[in-house]
Amino acid sequence: MILEGKKAIWNDYQKEIADDKYYYVRSCVRQNFFPGSETAFLKIMREELKKEVYEHPCHTSCTGIGYHSDIVPVETTMTVVARQFAIMTEAGYENLVPSCITSFGLYTEILDTWHHFPEVEKKIRLQLKKATGREFKKPKNLAHASDVIYKFRKEIAAKAKYKLINKKTGEPLKVVDHIGCHYAKMFPSKGVGGAEYPYVLAGMIEEWGGKIIDYPERRHCCGFGFRQYLVQANRGFSIACSKEKFESMEPFKPDMIITNCPGCPMFLDRWQYVINEMEGKRYGQNGEGIPVFTYEEVAGLVLGYDPWELGLQMHQTDCEPVLDKIGVDYSPEDKYNLEIIPSFSEKHNLINV
Amino acid sequence: MDKFGFTISAGRQIDYDSNNRRLAEYIFEKEPSFRLCIECGGCSATCTTANFTGFSLRELHILIKRGENDQVRQNLNKCMLCGKCTLVCPRGVNTRNIVVLAKNAFQKSDEYEI
Amino acid sequence: MSKHVVVIGGGVAGLEVAGQLSKAGIEVSVIEKEINTGGHLNNWYRLFPDRRDSSEVKEYLDGMTHNHGINLLTNTTIEVFKRNTSHFLITTNGGKELTADAIIIATGFDLFKSSRKEEYGYGIYDNVITSVDLEKMFRKGKIALTNQTVPETIGIIHCVGSRDEKVGNFYCSKLCCVTAVKQAIEIREFLPDSKVFCFYMDMRMGGAFYEELYREAQEKWGVNFIRGKVSEASETIENKLLIKVEDTLAGRPLKMKLDMLVLMAGMEMSEDGEKIAGIVGLKTGENRFFAATDNLIGSNRSNIDGVFYAGSCTAPMNIPETISHARAAVVEVIDYLNDGIR
Repeated sequence: MILEGKKAIWNDYQKEIADDKYYYVRSCVRQNFFPGSETAFLKIMREELKKEVYEHPCHTSCTGIGYHSDIVPVETTMTVVARQFAIMTEAGYENLVPSCITSFGLYTEILDTWHHFPEVEKKIRLQLKKATGREFKKPKNLAHASDVIYKFRKEIAAKAKYKLINKKTGEPLKVVDHIGCHYAKMFPSKGVGGAEYPYVLAGMIEEWGGKIIDYPERRHCCGFGFRQYLVQANRGFSIACSKEKFESMEPFKPDMIITNCPGCPMFLDRWQYVINEMEGKRYGQNGEGIPVFTYEEVAGLVLGYDPWELGLQMHQTDCEPVLDKIGVDYSPEDKYNLEIIPSFSEKHNLINV
Repeated sequence: MDKFGFTISAGRQIDYDSNNRRLAEYIFEKEPSFRLCIECGGCSATCTTANFTGFSLRELHILIKRGENDQVRQNLNKCMLCGKCTLVCPRGVNTRNIVVLAKNAFQKSDEYEI
Repeated sequence: MSKHVVVIGGGVAGLEVAGQLSKAGIEVSVIEKEINTGGHLNNWYRLFPDRRDSSEVKEYLDGMTHNHGINLLTNTTIEVFKRNTSHFLITTNGGKELTADAIIIATGFDLFKSSRKEEYGYGIYDNVITSVDLEKMFRKGKIALTNQTVPETIGIIHCVGSRDEKVGNFYCSKLCCVTAVKQAIEIREFLPDSKVFCFYMDMRMGGAFYEELYREAQEKWGVNFIRGKVSEASETIENKLLIKVEDTLAGRPLKMKLDMLVLMAGMEMSEDGEKIAGIVGLKTGENRFFAATDNLIGSNRSNIDGVFYAGSCTAPMNIPETISHARAAVVEVIDYLNDGIR
């Protein structure tokens, strides 16, 4: 591996990421899958980085799941997205930050479609006006929430309590980064590092002390992909995708996986349990699984947030091996203690505190 | 299966490194013209069997070369050994002999001779 | 008074044009940006189809220039280009001024920059090399991996930067297929225990004796040909290259580990050619190469009277085609100089 070659590509794919005054839109599913992640993002942005992040209660699903499952027609999707833009415009914001990779991909795709087919944009504007009376400006800057954390990775490192380093051995943790397909595969120029050698998560990991593993199936889908999961009969295909990735990364002995998509951590985490149930196989060290994290969870850990406040007890593949390696100060007995959870999330569950 | 309602799908990829290509090596050695195939499909187009069943001699050649031996074995006996394919081949591959050699090889491998 | 022709480019086409014009009694200057003449020929070890050493062709071309008193300006580029009623005025980077009755553009091609096909990892993975890198290894007499061991399995990817909309090149570079076949044979000669796999979209063996070479590669050297465009390469923990390709003739995806991957880089309009097109005002085509005014009977003619093309600055060409095209350019120039029109 020649690092200089990768660096050259990373330099080729840098994108503009707004500096402040973000309009944040949540994912449909992440609050169920990884309930601490979005609140951790808000806490980091507002309290650690002192940035302005605004949320609006009228924000809805972007319909991405329905769109990618052939349930919602594209024009409907575009009109719903136009409404999100309108709400942002009304609130006086222009830097859109979606939490979801598929929303990010969908917004990017729609803006690109309108760029090439202005008549479609005109039609959608008309439809939105008729349906809701609303008008909108297109976002000035569109960045995924992981782009924003990437942008401030050094600031986070400066405030870090822990590093992604094995406390006992002093070695950097070996981290697999997994990027959501809709982040850059459709529009490589819209992703930090492009589609082939994405840097958005790798940059965070490097900055926070870990070491990225480049394994052969790094580009492969996690297995979510909406339609291969939605129908039960297809789930064998979904889990086979995850399995292919685990088998490919296994020889590199990864300590953990970091992801930036709603579906990927869900599937990489849960399928490890299912594979073990079906085949009695685990891919981590010492008969354990490979813990899977969202980038907000990793940022939160590095900043010293309590693992249970971050919601890590919701992982099906236990995260403790990583906590122990890093040397995180946590109380194992509080893992399922519901009393402590609101102390962290109370404030940030409220919109625009 | 009972527990989840599905099982992990098997891969469709040809895994070249783990496949056994002894059959291919055997045929290369006995019938060097096997190397000359350019996959034009002339053999399959003229083949009586190919016109009425899913058999393809062209594909059979590829499967042998890749070491997909189970599939070769499943399809081999569909050939009626008429030899018309050999008449057609622009590269002078002795196509009929390849089928004969494959049959021999399977017989021998059953008897652990190759 | 003898006429003066300036040839831009001192590769195969430029030197052939210069030599032939000089033989016909015309005064010739050759402008070459590099220190040495010969262009891409200097990077090649042996030439298809009969695998002659490239130095033999180089010797012939050097003979043409030395024996006929050509004014050779190496390490030279064009800064200013002007035309008055009957002459062209050129100022070089060194401030030298040349007056010419006619100009021949022989700027050749650039090799496609293989790092642009990011998925193959050229410049990132240790043992991904290009056809040119392999020729250099042949010249040194040693094919080795970065850890200095000998590769056992070698994959050759055809059409890198050719027939590929993703890099903006729709056209076929025409020579890479036969180069792949030639190099596959040479690898097998150097390393008799190696296994070589060519991954191709189509085998375009259109030149004289190409198909014969392909057949020889199959029959004598046991080179394996797998039809399919390699979609990606990655590095395994044992530092091998794992490739994914569809075996289109089996109708199934295929994966394979290789020790070394050789990319058959295609041909592109040269960057300097593009600059010259801008300075001189020459038209280029959809493929970005110089556009001839007539693709059938005037492939040497440009949109400017008195400016002619020779060789692969107009389209990918092999050496015999380049030589023929250069000689045709000579006829066009002589005709022009005699008539004063074209």
